[in-house]
This record gives sequence, structure tokens and C-alpha cells, in this order.
Amino acid sequence: MGEFEVHRVRFFGLVPAGVRCLAWQPRGDRLGLARTDGTVEVYNFAANYFQEKVIPGHEARSVEALCWAGERLFGAGLSGEITEYDLAGLCVACSVDGCGGPIWSMAVNSSGTQLAIGCDDGSVKLFQVVPGGIQFEQNLDRRKGRVLCLSWHPLETHIAAGSIDSFRVLDVCSGQTVQRIMVNYHVKKVKQECIVWGIAFLSSGTVVTSDSFGRVQFWDWEQGTLLDSHTVSNSAILSLAVSEKEDSIIVGTSAGATYQFQLLPVKLSSQEKRWIRTKPFHYHTHDVRAVAHSSTALISGGLDAQLVIRPLMEKMQDKGYEAALRKFTFPHRRLVSCAREARLLLFQFSQHLELWRLGSTNGTGKDGDVLPLSSMPEHLVQLKSKGPEHIYCSCISPCGSWVAYATASRFHLYRVHYEDDSVRIEKIPKVSKLLLPAYQLQFSSDSSSLFIASARGCVHVVLLLEPGGCRHLHTLQPPSGSPEAVYLLALSADGRWLAAVSGDWAIHIYKLKRLKHHCTVPMYSCAVTAVAIHPVTNNLVIAYSDQQLFEFSIPEKQYTDWSRMVQKSGLHKVWLERDSPITHITFNPKNPSHILLHDTYMFCIIDKSLPLPDNSALLMNQCILKQLPESARQQQLHAFKICKKFQPLLFADLLDEKCLVMVERPIMDIKTQLPLPTQQKKFGT
Amino acid sequence: MRHATSRERGRLANMAALCESFTLCGLGPSGGVGLDGGLLALEPGPDRDHVLLTDRGRTATLFKVSDQKPLGCWSAKHGQIITCPVVCNFETREYIAVHDDKVLRIWKNTDVNLDKVFKATLSADVYRIHSLPKGGPVVLFKGGGVRTLDVLLEAPQQEIENIISDEVIKWSEAFMEHQQPVLIFATEKNGDSFVYVQKLKMNYLHKYKLERQELSKALSFTAYIKNQIITLLCLSSNDSVYKFLIPLQQNTEEEEQILPRSLLLNLSVSGSVLKGTSFVVLDKDHIAVLGSLATAGEESKECLTIWNTKFQTLQTSKELPLGTSGQIWCYEKKFFFTHGKVLTVVMYKCETSSLAAAVGKLKDSQAPDVSSFVDWNTLGDEELVISFQSQQSVALKPESRMTLRSKKNTVAKVQPDTLSVGQLLLNLKDASTTVFENELRQVMSKGQMPDFQATIGCVVTALINRCKANPKYYPRNFLLQIVQNQDLSYSLCPDLMVVALEKKDLHLLQICLQRFPDIPEEITYACLKAFLSISDAYLQRIDLNLESVICYLDIEFNDKEVKTEIVENGFSTELEQDIWETKITKKLHGTSDGESCPVGPQKAALLNAVLRSAYSETFLLPHLKNLPAQQAVLFLRYLYYLYVKCSEKINTTLPGTCPPTVNQIMDWLCLLLDAQFSVMVMLPEAKELLSKLHKFVRAQVRFYSELNKIEGSLQELQRLNHQKDPHTYSVEVLELI
Repeated sequence: MGEFEVHRVRFFGLVPAGVRCLAWQPRGDRLGLARTDGTVEVYNFAANYFQEKVIPGHEARSVEALCWAGERLFGAGLSGEITEYDLAGLCVACSVDGCGGPIWSMAVNSSGTQLAIGCDDGSVKLFQVVPGGIQFEQNLDRRKGRVLCLSWHPLETHIAAGSIDSFRVLDVCSGQTVQRIMVNYHVKKVKQECIVWGIAFLSSGTVVTSDSFGRVQFWDWEQGTLLDSHTVSNSAILSLAVSEKEDSIIVGTSAGATYQFQLLPVKLSSQEKRWIRTKPFHYHTHDVRAVAHSSTALISGGLDAQLVIRPLMEKMQDKGYEAALRKFTFPHRRLVSCAREARLLLFQFSQHLELWRLGSTNGTGKDGDVLPLSSMPEHLVQLKSKGPEHIYCSCISPCGSWVAYATASRFHLYRVHYEDDSVRIEKIPKVSKLLLPAYQLQFSSDSSSLFIASARGCVHVVLLLEPGGCRHLHTLQPPSGSPEAVYLLALSADGRWLAAVSGDWAIHIYKLKRLKHHCTVPMYSCAVTAVAIHPVTNNLVIAYSDQQLFEFSIPEKQYTDWSRMVQKSGLHKVWLERDSPITHITFNPKNPSHILLHDTYMFCIIDKSLPLPDNSALLMNQCILKQLPESARQQQLHAFKICKKFQPLLFADLLDEKCLVMVERPIMDIKTQLPLPTQQKKFGT
Repeated sequence: MRHATSRERGRLANMAALCESFTLCGLGPSGGVGLDGGLLALEPGPDRDHVLLTDRGRTATLFKVSDQKPLGCWSAKHGQIITCPVVCNFETREYIAVHDDKVLRIWKNTDVNLDKVFKATLSADVYRIHSLPKGGPVVLFKGGGVRTLDVLLEAPQQEIENIISDEVIKWSEAFMEHQQPVLIFATEKNGDSFVYVQKLKMNYLHKYKLERQELSKALSFTAYIKNQIITLLCLSSNDSVYKFLIPLQQNTEEEEQILPRSLLLNLSVSGSVLKGTSFVVLDKDHIAVLGSLATAGEESKECLTIWNTKFQTLQTSKELPLGTSGQIWCYEKKFFFTHGKVLTVVMYKCETSSLAAAVGKLKDSQAPDVSSFVDWNTLGDEELVISFQSQQSVALKPESRMTLRSKKNTVAKVQPDTLSVGQLLLNLKDASTTVFENELRQVMSKGQMPDFQATIGCVVTALINRCKANPKYYPRNFLLQIVQNQDLSYSLCPDLMVVALEKKDLHLLQICLQRFPDIPEEITYACLKAFLSISDAYLQRIDLNLESVICYLDIEFNDKEVKTEIVENGFSTELEQDIWETKITKKLHGTSDGESCPVGPQKAALLNAVLRSAYSETFLLPHLKNLPAQQAVLFLRYLYYLYVKCSEKINTTLPGTCPPTVNQIMDWLCLLLDAQFSVMVMLPEAKELLSKLHKFVRAQVRFYSELNKIEGSLQELQRLNHQKDPHTYSVEVLELI
């Protein structure tokens, strides 16, 4: 197959924001996740845990609590506002001031009709969920001390509210506090305040609290008595979640550990049950600020930016791949774009962009050699986004002379001039606001036009004008319309075809010459993670989150023979069991049978001319092949050439025929950027 | 096991001895000499040193033996005769007697008049009452029926079965076995002897017939129980003692099994024959026989004799010219018998016989106050019976094939594989040394049992306990063998090293230090101190492992000859090698004793063992402070010597197998200087040594500081190299096939 000169890039200093809260939506099998920078993400567990939606954050809009009210996602934060997110449009739908200062907690009732918020001033307020927004309904009894956590009784009659040193139970009808329980009563160190970080109201009337003393306590709220107390850890228990069946609880501590409690019979086949601490887990290095409990898994998110999904063995039908632990640290989308011709990389951070020029080498070598550099990589420009909004998307043109990015409310287009050793950036003025929102940007291969993925299935076509200007040419729309935003774009090298993927997973193909809708790729029941159009054959290669690969011939409007063959024989089991999605697909123009793609943990070249591996063959056989003599290799070759040398891989692209760029982000580099964990367990202490 | 030769017999006689005797009391007209006279019985009283004497009339007396004083006396009315010896119920401290065969009386110490005490009239004649320390009294009727006293008292008139028809009970005895009373009695009919074994609580009754020797008659019986086997000894009229083994666990319903007998002892000594009348067992190897010694052509003399059954020898004898009643009792290391018109008490000593003792390996065997022996009758019931398998193995040869088979059976029962080591060791507690060691060797040869380590630990502990109990006993080679071959640790046998220290078993200590990972600092220190205090002259005679010193020690050898590689063709390679080192060497050459080892190779090897053992400074330091000054200086001298030796080589290691490392030497140096700081300052002879040491260390420090500089430079170079290696960007070649 051949040798590549790999530019191994590790200077993309991405530090994912920590996980602040989680909200599990049982019916939709989705998880809402908010990060400390205000980003809200939705993971679709049914689509192999794909990070389906990302609503970028906002400096002033921290999210302290997330709630699903039916299919609608609400967030509330220290700005004091309750925000509803538009998941189709990937933006804020509306927000209402809670009028109680910063909001620390929010809980939705079991029918999804009312939201309760806990405010900094000690008040608990009820809001009605109405079509198109929310409406203030009632102020409940206000007491001193911020309300840090809330939980509705499943019958919606009472609300438990955790505060500092105490929690209370409020009657929803009368709005009165019917019970107030001091939780620091049993603590000897009287002066130390005890923060109730998590609370859960069980249908039996038991209130479960977790506090900063590392205790999980079970209370009879009517009697005001402590039923059971488990000191789980020396560090604070920051989060608590109960399964829907109320037979299991997960708590997360500031030491990075999570613990499961289960309601188990005291004796075998006994009626009497007790809460027992069963499983400890230690997947996080930092505070576990958020936990959620799905019907089959424990979910935890930490300040180390990791989302961990630990399926419960006893709940899984299939003990194999489905029961495997999942860890997500990196976004399931591209944050890097590459100007092939100019050998530039554009890195997207939450509020700025970095433009780098790659180094070069004159050396040659054999596999594994590190070549001497003739020029070092160069950090050319840092573009800071103004305003509190985070960047949605960014792109650099293949020639490197155009850079575009968008936030929620602004679209920026720059002309970049490279003059000897310096770089000059020219902002293109008066870019139409109509182009917003923009979720994905794509320059044409000749850098003459820009395609902007927008809301409602639209794609804007913008002509780039020399020496510096632009004109909105057209807006492509699916014929039947679509409520969902377009989140992936693919452009053919010859500029004839455009493929657009919207949030409903429909792939529309447009004929650009006539700016017309060409066809729709048959629907597949899974999220699309990457698309690309082959420069020679104009075949659209599609990667789905369930790791399936399809090849669709655009001119013929049908799947190719190879794609049918792949579907018929099936992909290798190991390939299907990978747990990170393919985030980028590209091609080698000199080798039309090659498809280059990557996920976080591998880079792969698929050689369509070779047979597919069956399940008995070794998928990752590069190591073995290298040890075999030339003659023996032929029998062992198969289509998937996988390299796992570069991990975690955020981006990989082909610069030219023999040259690749790989952007890695070692986990250790992220760890060193994170603040020290609050509690560090040291051996022997 | 070989039989003792005649020369050894002389020594064997030392192993049991009769000591002083005294008169306990005079006997009335019914007592006295002659087979019809004498006492009805002598039974142990409620406390130690107390005996209950029942005469053949109507009187019972309680004596305190050592005071030779009666404490109480009870008499039946005129016309009544006490027919069954008075016994003491140890639990209630009441006395029980039967008069006129059927009338049971129970009373306490405070009661004076027997007429007024509890009385129960039974329906059958009582033969004996046996009182067991934990089982209460058991009543044996003349018809062979047995009842516990409790059962009997519930219904005194209950019918008692007759199980022996026209046989006559001659002797009976009771034991406790697994908390239940076992009663054995012997009967006689037409010259045949039968034995009945009855377990009360289990309704177990078994009858055996004793194998009969032609023309002989059973005169007296005694028995003991061990490991569920009753050993019945029978004194026969043909001047022999026979042994019968009666397994208690036999379940076969065979009628009247015949018990094979084996000859235990022939009561004849060089032409004279002892006509025994009664006998008692003293320990597993000794019995005492009362009888008349008849030598051809001479008048027979009555005497008390002690015999060793293991070596078939007469150990000691005492003539009793005034005649006896032919009865003998033995309690608490004292014989009781009538001698003339008095009841005489004779104390005896009896020590476990061993061949080692026999051949004189054990010193001071005559020292009376250290001899340890087992008091047969005062032992607890479980321990009452002492290992007889050892006895069997000794007395194997004269036994018939029958006996061999029976022995096999019993051994199989006694010592199954499942028999725990602890139990085995308990059984062996009083076995003779040779047997004991053999058994232990067997245990160890069983190999890899699950808890083999613990087993070995138990074995060693047992050996050590024996050593402690018997100061003359010290199985040097056996212990050495165990420690050398097994992976022991200190905690498995904590007393081993202590005893070895006491015995000055230096070789063992050396091996322990080398092999045990967990020696307490106190013991390490004790070893160090012992090693330092022993003279080199003494050590030269001792066999030690010199591996750790042989390669570098140069005391006995000629320096020049050994170190040929240093001086070559008249020029010293050292000079070329290293300037500072040569300086040192020169200095050493300059001083007279700078380079010769201050201790002999044996002592050096021992000290090396200490140096190489594990320790914690914190715990060692306080002990080290107690090291006598002279020894501290000697030790320091040796450490200094080692240090210099180490430094001669560039890799600072000593040659040979397992020498102390330079770090160990340095640690001990520091530790010793810390501990003995003030002593070193004060001591004049330490002054020169300290100054030499200081100079040497200073030179070393200079050298190492030079190394430090080089290391710094090298590190910097290394760092620069690393920096060149790009962390954030590289171009690499990747080949995909």
C-alpha cells in the first residue's frame, strides 16, 4: 500500500470543559449534558451514544441544572434565568427570569408539567410548562439559605429542597414548609457547615440526601427521623441520582469515585429490604459533579470532562459489547480544519481560533522513523471571538486565504494574506446576518464559494469575491422542508455536488450547477457521523454512529455495488464494536479505491479493491503483516488497514498523495491543564 | 531400636530411683502382713496429697500424706463391715462407701457419725465404686451391672442385671474417654480370664477373652487408656507382664473376641525371678512391681522393684524384710504399701528413658532436681495414657505375629492421615526423644500438606518446648536440618532462636539469621552480642558456613600470594588506576592493623549474617546502646574493615556468595556510631579507629562529590537531548500494508 509521511501534531491545546450536570430522558433514550462553560449536549444512547446535538456555550449562561420536560430540555443557571433549548435549531429557544437570584437547582415533576427552581435567596418557585415556553405559577415558602438541590415526590404533592445544614419538605398545594430537618445534627464538628449537595424523594416517603461530609442518609420526612446513614467517603458527595424503579442509587464524590446503592432484601427472599452500598467505581480523576441513572446503566460526568457510562451487568441481556464501559472525553465532531494546499491547520476553541502552519522535512526513512525537520511548525494567528458567545463552527479554505467562523449571533469571514514572514488578516465587512445560524462551514475546493449549513435544513451558498468580499448566492432547501438544523456538509471536488445532513439524519444531495435538489439518500435508522464525496467517482461515503459504512453513487442515485457487498457480508465484529464514531472521511485522489477515515482511537484506510475481512480474520493485522515476508502477505491482506499509533486522534487528513496530518490530544496533556482534584487519595494516608 | 547392652544397663539404672520412705500410719489388727490382711483399698482424697484409706473392717481414714497426719476418720457400727472402699466424689466432695454389700452411705467432711448420714439400700451387691474426676462416681455391681451414682440414687431399689453369670470379678477400673465414663473389669472362671468393657452412656458392652498362657494365672491387672485404646497389663503367675490392646471403637458384634497378648516384660534378672503380686504403671516405660524375688537356693525376699519395659531391665529395687500384704498403690509419685504393721510411703523418681540418656549423651542425669517425669496418676484423663505406639515400636521384636497385626490395626486407628499435627504432637508430648524425633521426621516427610509451613512451625515449637522442659535435651542436628531445609520464619517458631542462644548453637543462629525474614531486633541484637563475646579460639572448633567471608578474608592467608593480580611484575596496577584509592591503600599499608581483619573468619561469618538480616533502625537502636564498649569497638573495627574492603573495588561489592552489601555496612556503621556515640568519644582505643574511619570517609566524600559534578554535567547533557526531541510536533514515517 505504501508509506506516508505523517505530520504528528500535538499542539492543539483543546481542554474540554468539565461536566456540570446530566439529565436522563428515559423515553427518548437520550442524555442531556451541560458543561461548565455552558455548552449543552445531547447524547443519543439508541444511536450508539452519539453526541447528537451540541449547543455551544455562552460566557454569561452557566448551566447549573438540566431537566427534560417530555421532549423539551430546560436549563437553569447562575444567571437566574430558566432557558429552554431548541434542539432542532441548536440554540436557545427562550428564557425566563426566575426572579430569585442565581438558580442552583431545578427539578421537573414526574408528568413533566411543572418545573421547580431553587434560588440563591432560599426560595423555591414553580413554573408551568406551557407550549412555547414556561409560565410562573407559584412561590413556595422561602427560608434562609440557597436551595442547592430539589426533588419532587413522584406523586407531585411535595418537594424536598436541600440547603446548607438542612433540608426541607414543602407542600406543593399550600406552599408551606411542612418539615425541616437539620442534617448536621450528628456531626461532632459543630462549626463546620454541612452542605446537602444532592436530594431524592422516593415514593415511599423516604428522602435521600447526600452531603459534604460524605454521607448518604435516608430520612423519614414525616417523622423527621434518620432511617439509615452510610458514610461513603471522606470527601463530599456532590451528586445523587435514583433509578426510575427506585431500587438503585448512584452518588458521585469529589474524590472522583462513584458508588452504587441498591435496595436489597435483608435475607434471601425476605420482604424486608435495605439500602446497601454495593459497587464502588473510580473512573474520574476529579469531582463527579453529575450523575444520572438510566434503566441499564450508571452515568457519571466529572470535572475531568469525562462522561462515563457504566452499564449494569445484571440489567443487560447481552453480556458482550453492550455491557462494556463507555468513556467519552472528546466531542464527536471536528474542531480542526485543514488547508491542504497551504498546509495550514485551523483549530477551533470555544472562544478563539488558532491558525498554524505545519513544519516540513526533507528527510526520508522507513516505518517508524522520526524524520529531521527542515522547518518548524508556526503559530500564525490567533483569532479571538468577541462577545460572550462560543464558536459554533469554523473553516479554512483549501488555499488558506479564507477563514470563516460563526457564533450564535455573528458570522465572520476573513481574508488572510501571507506576506513573506507575516500574516495579515482582513475582515470582510457587511456579511449578511441572514446567513445565520451557521452550524457547519465548507469552502469549495477552488476556494470560490462558501457553503453554510443553517437551520431548517437550509444550506446557504455564498460566493467569495476577490480581493475581499462575498455575496449570498442562494439558499438550498430540501424540497419537503425540515425543522432540523444541518450539521454536516460534503462537497464534491469538482464542485458539482453538495450533500447536507440534517438533525433528522436525512441526507439531501444538491446539484450545484443548477442549485437544485438532486436526491435524498435512503433513510437509515442511525445518526450520520461523517460524510464525504469521492473526488473521482462522486460517490458519497457515509459513516453512521452504529459504525456502518455506506457508499452512495450520486450520479446513479443508488448505493454502489461495493456498499451492497459490504452490507451483504457485514462488517467485521471488531469494527462494529468500536465505541467512538468516525468523525472525518477523506480520499486519496491518486488511489481512487482508498477511503481514509478515523475515529478517536484509530486511523484507517479502506482499500475497496481488497476482500473484506470476515470475523475469523484479525481486523488489526498491520503488526502481523509487517513481520511477514512479502510473499506471505498477499493472503493475509484485507480491506481495512488500521493504524492505532496515534491516539486520541482529533483529526486526520491527507495533505498530498504521500503525506498525512494527524492531530492528537494526549489525555495527559489535558490532565495537566485541569485544576488539581479537590481530594487526592494518596497511598498510605 | 536395639536392646540395651549390659554395659548400658548400668546406666539405665539411673533413670528411675526409689527415694526416701516414711510411715504414714500404723495398721490395726486387721491390717498387716499376709495376703488376707492388708487394706481394702487406698483411694485418692478430695485434694492433692490426700488419700482415703479403707481397712478391711469398718473404718475409713483420710490422711494428709506429706504431714503423715489423719484428717478424719469414719467408722461403721459394730457388726457392719465396709465392703467397698470409700471413694471421694470429686465434684461434690462427698464420701461414698458401701457396707454389708448393699447399703450405700454418702457423707461429707463435716459428718461425724456414719449412722446418721444418707443411706440407700440397693437391690444387688456392690463390687466397687469408681470415682472419676469429671464423670462422677460409677458403681460396679458384683453381677457386672454398672450404674452411675446419679442414676442409682434416683431409684436405689432398681433391678440390677447380672451379666457375668458365674464369673467372679477380680479387678476393675474406670476411665473417662470423650467425657464419658468407660468401665473395664476383669473376671475369672475356671482359670480363664475375661475382660468386659462398658461405656455407660452408650450402652456399649463388650466382652473379651484374654489369650491364656498354659499353666499360668492372671494375678493382677492394671490398665490405661490412650487414643481410644485401652492398654491392659496383666501380671501373670509365670512371672511375666503381658499387654493386651482393647480398641474402644470396635463395632463388631462378635461374641467373645479373644484378645491376643504380647509380652511386655519378663520379671527375671540374672537367674532370679520376681514373683509379683501386684504392680502399677509409672509411665510409658516403667512399671513398679511388688513381689518376692526368688533366687535359686536362697530364701525369697519381698521387694519393691521398678522395671523399664523398653529395655527390659530392672531399674531399681528395695527389699522389704518385714513383709507386705502384696498390695501396692501409687499416687502422686509415691508408692503406698503395707510393710510389716505400718503403711509405708516411698517416693520415687522416674525419668523418660531414652537411648541418648542411656548412652550418656545427656549430662547430669543424676541431678535429682532437674529430672522431669510424668506422674501417671495425676495426669488429666486425656493425658492419662501416654503414647503407646512408641512403646510398641520399641517392644516390637518380642511380639508375635498376632500382635503385629493387632498393632497395625491400632496404629491405623490411632494415627490416621487426618490426625492433626497438633494432636500428634500432644500425643508425642511424653514420648521418648528418639521416638519423638522419628515421629517428627515422619510428619515432615509427609511433604506438601496444605499448611506445611505451619506444621513445621508446630514441630519446631514442640521440639523447643521439649528442650525447655528438659535442659539436657537439645536436638542440634535435627533443628539444623529443619531450619536448613524448610522455609521457616521467626514468627513460626519464636522460641527457637532464644533456645539456640542459650545453647550457643552458633551454626543454627547463623542459618536462622540468613533465612528468617522477620527476626525481632531484640534477637538480632542478642545474636550480635553473643557473636562478639565469643572468643575466636572457641569459634575455631565450630562448624559454620564461611561462604560469605572466604573470598575476601585474609587473616590466615598470605596477602601477597592471594592478591597476585594486584602486584604484577613488580608494579602496582592500583597506582595506575586511581590516585585517591592508592592514597588510602598506602595509608592502610602504613598502619599496622589497617587491613587485616579484626575478627576470625568464623566470627566474621556470624557477623555477616547479622549484617545481612533485616531490621528497623528505630527498634534496633535502643538495644544497640547496650552493647558493651569493647564489643562495640570490635564491631566498629570489623565494619570499618568491611567498608575498606568494599571500597577496594570500583563496584563497591565484596566478592563471594552473599557478602554484606556496602549499604548494609554503611547502615550498621551509622547505627553503631549513633548508638555508641558517647562511648566512642570517651574510649581511648576507639580514638585511633575513629580517626582512621574519618579520614577514609572524608576521602570517599571527596571522590563522590567529584562524581556528583560529573553526574550533573551528564544530566544537563541528557536534558538537552530530551529537549531536542519534539514533544508537540514530529514528522514520522508510517507504513500501512
